[in-house]
Amino acid sequence: MKKENSRRSFIKTISLATFSALALSGCDMKAFDAFLQKNFKTLSKKEKDSIIKNLEIKYKKKYGKEFHVSDKPAIEGTLFGYALDLSRCVGCRRCVYACVKENNLSRAPQIHYIEVLQMEKEKGIDFAHSTAQYNPEKVPEKGYFYVPVQCQQCRKPQCVTVCPVKATWQEPDGIVVVDYNWCIGCRYCMAACPYGARHFNWGEPNVPVEELNTEMHYLGNRPRMKGVVEKCTFCIQRAREGKYPACVEICPVGARKFGNLLDPDSEIRYILENKRVLVLKQELNFQPKFYYFFGI
Amino acid sequence: MKDKIYRKIKIPGILMALYIVLYFGCNNIESDNKEIYKVPDEKEGNKKIEKAIEYAVEAPPFSDGIFPCTDCHANIKPNPERRKLVEWHDDISAMFNHDSENRWCLDCHDLNNRDSLKLASGKLLDFKESYKLCGQCHGEKLRDWKVGVHGKRTGEWNGKKEYLLCVHCHNPHSPKFEELTPEPPPVRQEDIK
Repeated sequence: MKKENSRRSFIKTISLATFSALALSGCDMKAFDAFLQKNFKTLSKKEKDSIIKNLEIKYKKKYGKEFHVSDKPAIEGTLFGYALDLSRCVGCRRCVYACVKENNLSRAPQIHYIEVLQMEKEKGIDFAHSTAQYNPEKVPEKGYFYVPVQCQQCRKPQCVTVCPVKATWQEPDGIVVVDYNWCIGCRYCMAACPYGARHFNWGEPNVPVEELNTEMHYLGNRPRMKGVVEKCTFCIQRAREGKYPACVEICPVGARKFGNLLDPDSEIRYILENKRVLVLKQELNFQPKFYYFFGI
Repeated sequence: MKDKIYRKIKIPGILMALYIVLYFGCNNIESDNKEIYKVPDEKEGNKKIEKAIEYAVEAPPFSDGIFPCTDCHANIKPNPERRKLVEWHDDISAMFNHDSENRWCLDCHDLNNRDSLKLASGKLLDFKESYKLCGQCHGEKLRDWKVGVHGKRTGEWNGKKEYLLCVHCHNPHSPKFEELTPEPPPVRQEDIK
């Protein structure tokens, strides 16, 4: 027997009525779609394509430019690794601003994925006595060395473990990414990251339109919203196209090295096998894929 | 009887074996060396190494209008005597800081062919291959440069890469890396509004 006036049927009817009322009132259905959008990982190819198409249209409307948003998956047989030569870095911060430009980072409020720490040679690697605020006429300064810190792309990323909604995860090529649409902005991941590599959009991100990088990746440098967390993705939009990250390309001393850890002929593997290598905060056992080495 | 025959062939036998071992052993080492020291440009066709070593190097960074050197030097009588240059190239003389106690122009530039560099062996070298000249002394740097660890690489992490010559970053006459002006420091957390 059918129950005509059950609670379930009431909710069904009322929600249907609300939705149709909203639809009839001319409200933008795309906003609804975006609101009801599933986690990126659970989307089908078709759904992804339509979401990306809508995004491109939306960005064009908003910024008046053509954008290309990619959802290119990981290339099979790759595991990205990074190495930074501490004996070469001069602390010029070129990488910081190349990253800002490439990844469409908010200028004000300011977000930097890379923080270059100046440390005393006498003290060695010592975060407590380091500073990111150094500003002399010329670098390097005598008696100091420089340690740029960004996302260390851990093999055991605790930022991922603590996320209550699974809005962040490690891709098969080792890059830890964030689904900005799924992030609820609880900032647990920021508390869990011992490298300060995650950044929160406290305000509406602000990027000059003429400086927007139009080559985008859905999990990378597409415009973020207020209230979501973002992080370095090894320039996922470049790396998955075979290119070096922006920080590698800009480094004037060639201290930054990037490659595939699974390729025995890659420069990154040569460094791991032939140079003295260290990772930051090794005792935590997060197992970063970002190595520091001494090239001399 | 048997013992005698054995004794007779024992010594030459051992010698023979030794010779064989040495012959093949040394030959192996030699061919290994060839692999290592092969000039990368000549490696076309060798697919395995082709992928690892490809030297697409930018053109050497000459000052405007200075090359070819023979434009001026064709009419100048070469003078092999070590001296301080005063009339021409005095700027280089003034800045020269590359083991200046022991070296001067003609240790790297050729006396008779000014458009070429010269290795210590006397072999002439194009300016495009100047890394070989640097590698004579800085062998370990050349080794790291070849595998992409020393110096900057741009292009593709898994494909075509572009190299810079040593002289793109280090002035060959004063090779210490020049100091840079840093970009502005980040806004302090407490100043973010």
